Amino acid sequence: MDAFFLQILNGLDKGSAYALIALGLTLIFGTLGVVNFAHGALFMLGAFCAVTLQRLLSLSFETIDETKTDFLGNPLKVKTPYVEGWFGPEIGGSIIDWAVPLSILIAIPFMIGVGYVMERGLIKHFYKRPHADQILVTFGLAIVLQEVIKYFFGANPIQTPPPDALLGVVNIGAPLGLELAYPIWRMVYFLFAVGIIGGVFSFLQFTTFGMVVRAGMADRETVGLLGIDIDRRFTFMFGLAAGVAGLAGVMYGPINPPNYHMGMDFLVLSFVVVVVGGMGSLPGAVLAGFMLGILESFASTTWATTTIPGINQIIIYLVAIIVLLTRPRGLMGRKGVMED
Amino acid sequence: MGLNKSDMTLLIVVAILALGAPFILNPFPVDSGMAQFNAGYPDLMQRFVIFGILAIGFNILFGLTGYLSFGHAAFLGVGSYAAVWMFKLLSYNVLPAIALSVVVAGLFSVLIGYVSLRRSGIYFSILTLAFAQMSFALAYSVLSNPKFNLTNGETGLQVYAGDPQIFHREGLPDVPHLFGIAMRDNFLELKMGGWEFTFNNGYYLCAIIMLVVFYLAIRLFRSPFGLMLRAVKSNQNRLNYTGLNPKPYTLAAFIISGMYAGLAGGLLASMDPLAGAERMQWTASGEIVLMTILGGAGTLIGPVLGAGFIKYFENIFSKINDNVLHQWFAFMPDGMEDFMVFIVHPFVGKGWHLTLGILFMLVVTFLPGGLVEGGQRIANLFRNRGKKKGDDDSYKPDPEHHPKETPHVAE
Repeated sequence: MDAFFLQILNGLDKGSAYALIALGLTLIFGTLGVVNFAHGALFMLGAFCAVTLQRLLSLSFETIDETKTDFLGNPLKVKTPYVEGWFGPEIGGSIIDWAVPLSILIAIPFMIGVGYVMERGLIKHFYKRPHADQILVTFGLAIVLQEVIKYFFGANPIQTPPPDALLGVVNIGAPLGLELAYPIWRMVYFLFAVGIIGGVFSFLQFTTFGMVVRAGMADRETVGLLGIDIDRRFTFMFGLAAGVAGLAGVMYGPINPPNYHMGMDFLVLSFVVVVVGGMGSLPGAVLAGFMLGILESFASTTWATTTIPGINQIIIYLVAIIVLLTRPRGLMGRKGVMED
Repeated sequence: MGLNKSDMTLLIVVAILALGAPFILNPFPVDSGMAQFNAGYPDLMQRFVIFGILAIGFNILFGLTGYLSFGHAAFLGVGSYAAVWMFKLLSYNVLPAIALSVVVAGLFSVLIGYVSLRRSGIYFSILTLAFAQMSFALAYSVLSNPKFNLTNGETGLQVYAGDPQIFHREGLPDVPHLFGIAMRDNFLELKMGGWEFTFNNGYYLCAIIMLVVFYLAIRLFRSPFGLMLRAVKSNQNRLNYTGLNPKPYTLAAFIISGMYAGLAGGLLASMDPLAGAERMQWTASGEIVLMTILGGAGTLIGPVLGAGFIKYFENIFSKINDNVLHQWFAFMPDGMEDFMVFIVHPFVGKGWHLTLGILFMLVVTFLPGGLVEGGQRIANLFRNRGKKKGDDDSYKPDPEHHPKETPHVAE
C-alpha cells in the first residue's frame, strides 16, 4: 500500500510539469488556434530565469582577510556576494538561498513580455497560414531560443538548488499511518502547480476578462462583432500561457538541473499530453498531464520493467496511440476542434 | 524514358551535377585559403546524395499529400539497423544490405502508416512523432538487453570479428563492398595543378542510386497516382464526395516515402557500417523536415537542394573558428575587426544550429516555397524587367474552379 501511494506521489511532480505546459499549449491553441512548438523553449527560458537570478545574486567582490592565511601563507582572499555586503550576511545569505522562489518575481514579467513579443512579432502573421506552417515556424523559433541559451550558458546542466529550508525529505504519510518519504521540494512544486492551475481556471471562470476570453474561444467572430477587441485579449492570453510555462520551468530547476534542451524533451511529451487530454480542452490537458505523469511513475517500478522491459520509456506514447485510435478527440476533447 | 522535355532536362542536369560532383564541389586549389569551402571529399558528397534521397522520399509524402510526418527518422534508423545486420550475418556485400533495409523500412512504414493515417493534420504529426520516439526509446535501451541484443544500445550496432558473416570469403575486403569493390576506396585521384579531385566508389554507388530514385520520383509526380496525392492535399472532402477513398493513396505514399528513408539508412550504413539509435531521434526527423522545406516542398528538385544546402553549411560553418574570422576581416581596422568577429562568432562554428534556426524561420515566413521559390522569383525579376507592369502572363487561377487552397484540417 505504501509503495502504491509512493508511486502516485512520484508521478505528481512530473505530472505537474506536464500539466502546466499542456495547459499553456491548450490555452494558446484554444484562443489563437496556433500549434506552438516553441512552448517547450518557453519552459526552458523560465528555468534559465532562475539560473540567471542565482548567478546575479552570487556576483561577489573579493576582500583580503588579514587575519587568516591560506596554506601558502598568503593572506586569504574572501569572496563576498554583493548582496551580503549590502544587506549583511544574514539577510543577504537567505536572499541567495531563496534565489529560485525569488526568480518567480522576475520570471512573471519577463515571460509575459517574451510571450507578448512572440505573439505580436511572429505568431500574428501565421493565423491564416496552415497548421503545418505554424508548426514549422515555431519549431524554428524553438531551435533559435535553445541555441541562444546554449551560447550563453553552455551545454551542461546547471545546478539550481532549492532553499535549505525546503531541502530534504518529509514523511507526509504520517497522519494516515503510512511510511511515505517524499522530498519537500517536490511537494512544493506540486502545490505550486495546483495553485497556478487553480489561478488560471478561476481567472477564466470568475473575471469579466476571462469570460470574454472564453466567449472568444467559443466563437471569435461573434465576440469581435460585439465590438470587443478580442485580438488584444488573446495576445494577453498568449503572454499568460508563456508565463505559466515559464513558472513551471523556474520551479522545476531544483528537481532536474536545467540544460538547454530540457524544453524539447518536455515539449514532445506535452504535445502527447495535450492530444490525450483532447485538443482545446483545458481540464483535459491538466487531467491528462497528471494521469500520464503518474502512469509513467508506475511503469518505472521494478515490477513493471521486469514484466515488460522498457515499458517506462514508451508507456506515454503507447497510451497516446491507443487513446488517439479509440477516442480520436482525446479524453475530454470537444466536438469540432481540429477535425478533418 | 516517359518524361516530357523539361523533366528530361531536369534529370539530365541533376545527373551531370551528381556525376561531376567531385569536380564541381572542388573549385578551389588545395593549398589556397578558400580550400576550406571545398566540399568535394567523399564523406560529405556521400551525405549530400544520401540525405538527398531521404528528402526526395519525405517530399513524396509531405510535398504531395501535405501530411507532415515528424517521425521520418525512424525509417532511416530501421534501414541502418537492417543493413548492419546483413553485414553481420551474411557478408560485407552492400547489395543484400540495401535490399533488406528497403524491405524492412517498407514493412515498418506499413505498420506505422496504417495506424497514423487514421488521423490527419496535427494529430498525424504527433502520432508519427510518438511512434518515432517510441522506436528511439526501444532501440536505445530495451532492444539491447544481453538476452536479445538487436540494436546494441548506446554503442551502436557494428560488425565484430566474431560475427558469422557466412558468405564472407578470402580475398574480399573487410569493409562494405559491392562484389569486391570496397566502398571506401577511391577509384581515381586526379591531381591537376593545384587541384585535387577524388572519385570514390561509395559516392558513385550512392549517386547512381540517387539518380534512379530521383527518376522514379519524377515519374511518380507526373503519374495519375501523383495527381491523386495532390488531390488529397488540396481538398480531401471533395475527393470523398467523388466517391474515392483517399486512404490507400496516402498509405501508399507513406510506404514509398518510408522505403526511400530506409534506402537512405541502408546507404548510410553501407558507407560506414555503424548504426546508432540517435539516427531515429526526433531532432533527426526535424532535420529532414527542415531540408525539405528549406529547399521547397512539393517541387522535384527542392528537397535535394535543401539537403545539399544544409549538409554543406553544416560542414563548412562548423569549421569556421575565430582564427578564420580574423583572417576574413583582417582588412578592417583593428577595433572594427574584433567587433565583426564578435558579431559573427555566435553564428558559426558550434553556433551553426542558431544560423539554421534563423534561416529556417525566415524561409517559412517569407519564402514558403523554399529555395526553389526564391530562385523562381529572381528569375521572374529578370524576365519581367523589360515588360510593362501588369502584363505579366503568369497563371491566374479561376476563382470558381480553383478555390484558394485550404489546409485539410479544420481551422
